[in-house]
Amino acid sequence: MPLNLSHPHRSTTGAAPHMVIVGAGPAGVRAAQTLLRHGVRPAVIDEAALPGGQIYRQGAVARASVRARYGFDWRRAQAIHAAGADLVARADYRAGTVVWNAAPGHLDLMRDGDADELPYTHLLLATGATDRVLPFAGWTLPGVFSLGGAQIALKGQHCLIGPRIVFAGSGPLLYLVAYQYARAGGQVQAVLDRSSLASQAGALPALMNQPGTLAKGLYYLGWLRAHGVPVYRAAQVEAALGAGRVESVRALIDGAPREIACDALAVGHGLRAETQLADLLDCAFDFDAAQRAWLPRRDADGRSSVAGVYLAGDGAGIGGAVLAELAGERAALAMLADHGVPVDMARVRALARRQTRWARFRRGLDRAFELPSGETPCDDEVIVCRCEEIRASAVRAAAREYVLDDLNRLKALTRVGMGLCQGRMCQAGAAELLASYRNVPLSQIGRLRSQAPVKPVALGSLGGTQS
Amino acid sequence: MKPLIRRVHTPAAPLLRLTWNGQPLQAYTGDTVLTALLTAGDHLRLTLGDGAPRAGFCLMGACQDCWVQTEGGQRLRACTTLAEDGMILVSAQPGALACR
Repeated sequence: MPLNLSHPHRSTTGAAPHMVIVGAGPAGVRAAQTLLRHGVRPAVIDEAALPGGQIYRQGAVARASVRARYGFDWRRAQAIHAAGADLVARADYRAGTVVWNAAPGHLDLMRDGDADELPYTHLLLATGATDRVLPFAGWTLPGVFSLGGAQIALKGQHCLIGPRIVFAGSGPLLYLVAYQYARAGGQVQAVLDRSSLASQAGALPALMNQPGTLAKGLYYLGWLRAHGVPVYRAAQVEAALGAGRVESVRALIDGAPREIACDALAVGHGLRAETQLADLLDCAFDFDAAQRAWLPRRDADGRSSVAGVYLAGDGAGIGGAVLAELAGERAALAMLADHGVPVDMARVRALARRQTRWARFRRGLDRAFELPSGETPCDDEVIVCRCEEIRASAVRAAAREYVLDDLNRLKALTRVGMGLCQGRMCQAGAAELLASYRNVPLSQIGRLRSQAPVKPVALGSLGGTQS
Repeated sequence: MKPLIRRVHTPAAPLLRLTWNGQPLQAYTGDTVLTALLTAGDHLRLTLGDGAPRAGFCLMGACQDCWVQTEGGQRLRACTTLAEDGMILVSAQPGALACR
């Protein structure tokens, strides 16, 4: 789809633009590169020490070869790292910096306890994603990590989360991380895949849009099987068990409960977008049935509903790293075009074609690893909100007593989602639980509204910025 | 105590000397505080409500499960803070009271 040049985002004031990118993963890096190529020097704000995002994370000190860390995607990782090194040199790059608030025209930043304010005329939110994990008994025990977290331990620190590990959940990351751990010497006790073989077979036609990527996924699975790793489909973790740390995992396999001894459990049910900044800026959101989440609305170029605010990458909806690169470049071209900088429309069309092809593949992935809903047995004593240690019993009691059908009311009454993580870890689980308990569609119970600071900041650090 | 996480290889990097709750703690340049603590021990803190052990979860600065403190009371997110020579770290301040 061509750039929409009559969009209200368009403003040719002639003043020097302040283009700001939040996030230096695949989307943010490609966007920055595109702006630099057109003679615009953006500010790039990122929490990590080096560009790459979570998927192509670079540890402060590289402890393994690029091939060992990124597997089949090492060339893509290297390309992003090269573009990242260029932006470190040429952009206003701010590593280790948290954006804790977003307002019309400016961001509030924090780095090493120092507060700063950054104005923008054009803002690209490329904020990425974290694991989506649904609660189960024992998920707060030491030794239980998110799938993405388990991968970061390996990629960033060259550590394994345990000698004997169970991998569980759903999504393409499941087999990849299990494979990477096995290759690095981890004893993979089992892979417990929530999705069924039937849903994966049904997704094959769509997955054939990217046969290379499909082949990689099949390779990981085949490799694990060939090395004797038990892989179970339609398997569901019921509990992580142990005194003070994980000692075993109880799972429902083929309808029968089974206990698997292990030292660690890596678990994830797909990914969830980091949408807090878009919410603070009052971007419009829509419910996405496939991702079972509320996502900021964007046009094909990446414009949000708010003039001057753009969206790209997994932070706007889970699409994966390749789509993030394409969307990052395209959003940057839209920012430039909206400012009156001439852009190559043939390039925009080429990006659009590739996005369409990858989006078809992505829909196949979503189908193959269909997100589980709240039908999981979530016993009353299961902790739903990790920060505030709020149990499912409290959620159900509040829902019953106050006839709740709104997530923000649930938060006010139970403190679910009110802790330090601001609902990042519990929103999916709490929403599924409430919807299922009240027997209403997930789309009907709303979403947690974001509050600044979106990440914890020390009050003392803010003293100097009061005006 | 059996450490929670383990290194694939011992890093070829300079050693760092820290302390954790008064005990000496060794780490390597490039370690996060979380890596330093969990290659030696099996948890980072006890929750204020249940007094339950926690050891981090997302490792990407989102879940806020891995906060520890310096002796001076500064809070550090262990997964996103690099270990430094001479750090004096504690899981909680003396006198911190559980909620129940």
